[in-house]
Amino acid sequence: MTSRIGPAGFAALVVAVAAAPLVSTHYRTYELGFVGIYLAALLGLNILTGLTGQISLGHGAFMGIGAYTTAILVVDHGWRALWTIPVAAVVTGLVGIGFGLAVTRFAGPYLALATFALPLTLTGIVKRFQGFTGGSLGKNLPLLHSQLGLRTNPSLWLYIVAWSLALLLFVLAWAVARGRLGRSFRAVHDSEIASTANGISARWVKTLAFGLSAFYCGAAGAVFAIGVAYVNPDTFPIDLSILLLTGVVIGGTGSLGGMVFGALFVEFIRTTWAPALVRAFTRVTTVHVNTHAAGSPQVIYGLVLLLVLFAAPAGAGGLARRLADLVPRLRRRAPSLSRPSGL
Amino acid sequence: MQQFAQQVVSGLAQGAIYGSLALALVLIYKATEVINFAQGEMAMFTTYICWSLITHHGLSYWPAFFLTLLIAFAGGVGIQRIVIRPLERASVLTVVMATIALLVVLNGLAAWLWSPQIQFFPSPFPNTTWVIGGVHVSQQDVDTFGVTLACVAVLWLFFRFTKLGLAMRAGALNPDAARLLGVRTSWLLALGWGFAAVLGAVSGMMVAPSAFLQPNMMQVILIYAFASAVLGGIESPVGAVVGGLAIGVTINLLATYVHFIGSSLQLPVALAVLLVVLIVRPAGLFGRVAVRRV
Repeated sequence: MTSRIGPAGFAALVVAVAAAPLVSTHYRTYELGFVGIYLAALLGLNILTGLTGQISLGHGAFMGIGAYTTAILVVDHGWRALWTIPVAAVVTGLVGIGFGLAVTRFAGPYLALATFALPLTLTGIVKRFQGFTGGSLGKNLPLLHSQLGLRTNPSLWLYIVAWSLALLLFVLAWAVARGRLGRSFRAVHDSEIASTANGISARWVKTLAFGLSAFYCGAAGAVFAIGVAYVNPDTFPIDLSILLLTGVVIGGTGSLGGMVFGALFVEFIRTTWAPALVRAFTRVTTVHVNTHAAGSPQVIYGLVLLLVLFAAPAGAGGLARRLADLVPRLRRRAPSLSRPSGL
Repeated sequence: MQQFAQQVVSGLAQGAIYGSLALALVLIYKATEVINFAQGEMAMFTTYICWSLITHHGLSYWPAFFLTLLIAFAGGVGIQRIVIRPLERASVLTVVMATIALLVVLNGLAAWLWSPQIQFFPSPFPNTTWVIGGVHVSQQDVDTFGVTLACVAVLWLFFRFTKLGLAMRAGALNPDAARLLGVRTSWLLALGWGFAAVLGAVSGMMVAPSAFLQPNMMQVILIYAFASAVLGGIESPVGAVVGGLAIGVTINLLATYVHFIGSSLQLPVALAVLLVVLIVRPAGLFGRVAVRRV
């Protein structure tokens, strides 16, 4: 399950990230900034789901905790937005560890169930403690603007912040996956009982995975709040959590490079890709479908998810790996053409 | 004391709804060890079908109700055959993801077909209240409780006293042995999905008059149903119903008497209570502790 992205692949990613704003409009740059944010979140969720094998349907709520930490620090305490990102990550990471300690007492399906309740729990808590969180009205942050003496346009500023964070966390995820911690994560994934028998505390490892993934999502949520300049209880609905998990599965659980595709999917499926698919469907079958109907993007992305589960359970990362395996095999096979057939 | 009794009664009515949805979850979990995250959306979708039968096709309530149960059964069997069965040999993560994909599709499809706007769903029960010893009991509550538990009872009788029910229990308990003895376990799983869909439909149609009909209406109820199933011990059908009733009454009483909680903290507090119960009894009220081997 290790990623095979390698230094060359990572260098290519860095080049692509550096080049993308040069050929994009302001709005597209802004959208691509959110791809960076989702990449950070997916890398975190991938540690929990891909490496450790635990499903979470609630990581959007961890993004929400990060976003609220940033909003409260900026609006009520006058912090510079940028400095709130590490604080939001640490606060969310600690909440993740606390949550993990509570729910990893129970094995198997209970964990996924507990995470399913997280987004609605967060909404309830935000509404109850209005004085602290701003309640249903939410909190308005200062409009997106460049800092640190850079005079870029706001979209490019968001892009720079989001992708610096995402690439940093990418390297961290790579180091974690390769190291001792990553090995214990995978051991728990493969067999909880066997890893316990080998002296790994499955419960503690799962809690750590929870904390680390929450740390990632908290950082992502902080940049999200800076980007949209607004948080309220509906900013992080259950749909977002489900979409994040979908992004991990479609990217390919356990594949770091696949998460880049997953992040593109999370950002673009509802706004761009799903309507395009519906239009293509209309053109091919001449059945008229209203592309603006509520719910249609959701149906499309659910069907795409089902298709991926059936056809390519290893996701985009798995497909890329299969293609990469194919190339040397074809090369090896080439000389055998000269051999007599029938062998 | 009157207020207390009243809250208990309406808590029982809500709890019966949680219990029936929890039972649907338990049915599928027992047979396949998979949590069906689409259970709530299946219930929501069938409720929309019932609503559509009444408002667009001019059926009166009870024919629409029973026709919906039939459609739900066919839908549940169909979902198992088309989506779940091909993934028989896939990992648990894949199957759970498939149920999540179903959740997404059904939720979107309901909004697509019937618009995401809130619809009014009729209640078949008269809007009267009885006064028993100073306690106001609404007939809707009593009838909801009755209908839901009647469905559960019919299901129990089926499992306990019919040959098919026995085969289904055998298939859930030990699929390999059952298959060797000539039980067609694969079709029985489909049957299980059908029954689960029917139970879900009942809970959806019972909850819709008070919660209003909209694509997200079952999300909170699904979480309470999960909590009920876990509280009862996720493999115990009796536990699911008892757990549902317990949770319905508990959250109603907590919201009434502990003002700090109010309506917005009901869910977190209910889950915290559940957590404490599970620390004392990790396998739930009616579950057995699983022995694990390498």
